[in-house]
Amino acid sequence: MKIDPHKCVACGNCLPVCPMGAIYIDPSVNRARINSDECVECFTCYRGMSKEHLNPVFVRAVRKTAQFFRFRFDPEPDICPTDAIVPEELTWPRVVRRAFSDPQVPHESTGIHGRGTAEVKTNDVTDRVKEGEAGFVVEFGRPGIGARFRDIERVTKALADLGVEFEKNNPVTSLMSDRSRGFIRPEILDEKVLSAIVEIKTSLEDVTPVLKRIKELSREVATVVSLGVSTRCGSAGEDRLGEILEREGYPTYRGKTNLGLGRITTKRD
Amino acid sequence: MTNTLHRYSEHYAVERLPNPEPVRDDFIVFAMATKGINDDKLVEKYRDFLRLALKHNPINIGDATKGGMLRPRQDLNPKSHWKRDQQPDPEQVIAGVEGHTTVAAVFDNYQDMKAFVDDVRNANLGISVNISAPIEEGDRCCHDTGITRHSVEYSLGFCGRVDKLPDGTVLELTTMCGHGMLSANFTKKMIDWVKENRRTPEEAARYMARFCSCGVFNIARAERILSEARVMNR
Repeated sequence: MKIDPHKCVACGNCLPVCPMGAIYIDPSVNRARINSDECVECFTCYRGMSKEHLNPVFVRAVRKTAQFFRFRFDPEPDICPTDAIVPEELTWPRVVRRAFSDPQVPHESTGIHGRGTAEVKTNDVTDRVKEGEAGFVVEFGRPGIGARFRDIERVTKALADLGVEFEKNNPVTSLMSDRSRGFIRPEILDEKVLSAIVEIKTSLEDVTPVLKRIKELSREVATVVSLGVSTRCGSAGEDRLGEILEREGYPTYRGKTNLGLGRITTKRD
Repeated sequence: MTNTLHRYSEHYAVERLPNPEPVRDDFIVFAMATKGINDDKLVEKYRDFLRLALKHNPINIGDATKGGMLRPRQDLNPKSHWKRDQQPDPEQVIAGVEGHTTVAAVFDNYQDMKAFVDDVRNANLGISVNISAPIEEGDRCCHDTGITRHSVEYSLGFCGRVDKLPDGTVLELTTMCGHGMLSANFTKKMIDWVKENRRTPEEAARYMARFCSCGVFNIARAERILSEARVMNR
């Protein structure tokens, strides 16, 4: 993403909008600029802000006049008055930033929008996580901190050493150069994304040691990690996973409940 | 992805609180089809799901590829600084559904959510439907509507460099857009503007909702949090 200096009026509206805080006013030119190393190409500034299409010269004159009289201008806070934010064509490896940061772009490896897979959201028709199994979603950089693949690899390598199974359809897995050892393609290791999800599956018996290891590893990375664990319920809707988590002292207040209303409806040849 | 899973509340405070306040105004029901399994007449199924939701007073409805009832506009003029259209537009969400996506409805009370789930079950759409809410409430809804839950997914909160996170009030607001499109800095700005009486909680909540690109932002909960933040140093 970049900001067109000919259009920018340095109103500052886009600065707080950036989830990574990557936009600033460059005092040498009095225009907004983007720190491209911190920008994760989430398109929040470009798509999330409403736009006017005002003449930049006119807007600058109005702002200067108001500034001279020390008037406090109180504009709508989510508008770019001159449509100055411009997307750039992204090439490899920078393109992975957008794939993991902009939820409105379907990921090539999964074909679905977002940074992970359907997880247990469609478990009623995919049976991906079976009874007695636990599916982990380990999300790096969420909420609102961002993560680099170098940190993510540090954890995937350690998880591979534990012998866990990486979800094959997951976008991070698709970028691994050696899945059995948790290595991620070296050319993307310095790329920063808004968040990336590593998905693994274990037996319910392994939930406690795996969670303990993930917590240990999370202290070694420069970002925050969000943790989710899922399982298939028994025939009466009972759930052994919840008992394990409560026993181990994890907070289990919020979650998703798959209602089991999905069924096969598409006719197959 | 897990875009509604990690909605922050006091239950997930880094320093565990003895009696965290229950969240009574944030319930999401969403639907998702799977390619080649139940994606026939997909658009029709999604639109039926959203139309059923409209009968039960949703706070927001959304399409993960297009957004929610409040969206940014590309064609504003200077009059919008004084008179801006703040009306949610559910019909644009329904009309905009074109294919594979996730559709969601957000409610601010249990009864509306339960009545909607009951309708969805009777509609027999054949697509996967999930409740994202306090686990006990999801379980209770299954019990009340005669549904046997199939799978569960728990949010275990955050670990790692939690020292980088903003305060709890900001997190409660920003995590209502699980994709992270609502920035902490903009949220802090809105809290400050409400405190300064530059904007009402209703207006501030609507600015924030426009950044949520899948429509799961709970405008009513945001208004409550902003109103509380105005008078308390939360």
